[in-house]
Amino acid sequence: MTDTFLEDIYSIPGGEKIKECIQCGTCSASCPTSYAMDYTPREVIAALRAGLLDRVLKTNTIWLCASCYYCTVRCPSGVKLTDVMYELKRLAVEFGYAEKRAKAPVVSKLFVDLVDKNGRIDEVSLVSKFMLKTNPFGFFGMMPRAWKLFRRGRMPLKPHRIEGIEELKKCASTIEVTGLHAAARKTVEA
Amino acid sequence: METQSKFSYYPGCSVEGMNKAYDKSARVVCDALKVDLAELNDWNCCGASAYMSIRELRAHLISARNLALAEKERKDLVVVCPACLNTLTKTNHYMAENPQLKKTIGTALKAADLQYFGSVKVRHLLEVIVNDVGENEIKARIKNSLKDLKVAPYYGCQLTRPFGEVDDPEFPTMLDNLLTWIGAKPVNYPLKAKCCGGMLMMTKEDVGLSLTKNLLECAKENGAECIATICPLCHMNLECYQDNVNKHFGTDYHIPVLYFTQLIGLAFGFSRKSLGIDDELTPSKPLLEKHLEVIR
Repeated sequence: MTDTFLEDIYSIPGGEKIKECIQCGTCSASCPTSYAMDYTPREVIAALRAGLLDRVLKTNTIWLCASCYYCTVRCPSGVKLTDVMYELKRLAVEFGYAEKRAKAPVVSKLFVDLVDKNGRIDEVSLVSKFMLKTNPFGFFGMMPRAWKLFRRGRMPLKPHRIEGIEELKKCASTIEVTGLHAAARKTVEA
Repeated sequence: METQSKFSYYPGCSVEGMNKAYDKSARVVCDALKVDLAELNDWNCCGASAYMSIRELRAHLISARNLALAEKERKDLVVVCPACLNTLTKTNHYMAENPQLKKTIGTALKAADLQYFGSVKVRHLLEVIVNDVGENEIKARIKNSLKDLKVAPYYGCQLTRPFGEVDDPEFPTMLDNLLTWIGAKPVNYPLKAKCCGGMLMMTKEDVGLSLTKNLLECAKENGAECIATICPLCHMNLECYQDNVNKHFGTDYHIPVLYFTQLIGLAFGFSRKSLGIDDELTPSKPLLEKHLEVIR
């Protein structure tokens, strides 16, 4: 199972570098959020190479990666760990492994829906849909700040839709929803 | 004076909404510096990190549509948001490095009569102002000295990481230099390229608040009177969530946060209103009154 997943990681430009991980822990030490993670970034690589993909997909780790790219630029073996995290996020969402408490997949999915619909993101729709889904009571807690922003003209209420949205949809329809990495999907499905 | 340089301008979604002061001040300053920014017609969202977390190929597609539109104009693409810079540059690199990806995206773009040959360079406005306009041109336009205003130069993550093409990925200096040119005093700011938490402020608030608090604390400890930002999301976290940080940690920060373009604009003598400085949640007026010769 891990073998085919690793094949997919290798297909990311520079992804084969995961073979060269020396478990030095520079990634974990550089990661600003590793203190809150189930598995640190170093442990993620160790687990992947040990064939524990399913365990990794269930961790909160992948949803705490804020894409700061510190691990990527500091890794002495050249592992592009941030890109590996993206692939793990996609697999976790697609196959329903995403941790139930994790809110990041919720906002990411809403983000995709809005871009697919309008071609652009409007923060008001994104934030309000997100709050209603994840924390309806918190919605009221946000109102004071929202009101302050609104009064200052910082909350445009009308979303912008790009003119080329239908054409963009046509382009998108030529592409399968899944990514470059078909092999991993087959293994997770199996 | 001759127009110095012509670019397509990609504002990005976040400066259309809560951070429109960034867009406003960027346009005012570029106009003064004769940097010709023509907004890219009908640009779409770059996808940011969120789209990439769900759909990989389509993320590259929406990014590539912008690059294709810019290539038609035969101009390089200037962005103000480092996340847009990162996303668009990534697609640029990956299409160049991966023939299969290039083919798939190329076929998809054809459905909209678009094509992308890979000639567009994506650049952040800070780097354009520092490298293309330069010290002399900027100093020549100073009308309102910032009188040694102590500023924490905050770069955040994605201007320099992962690509490191414009400055050092861990210890960038271009914003520091720019601040000295406009009469401000950049303070030592060890966390200048650390993460603010980004979207975690929405999805994992305790972690987001903690990372943002570190940045505020470090700015204060080093004597900064305000923080200069180059990213709408960092700006949002530092400025609009300062109250939440104070509530969560029992702290008492009131550190104004200004876009680098707003600071340049002030030094050039533009009014606060024309730079969007009147709409902030952490007010900067008292500080600016202390430092600027003329406040408008």
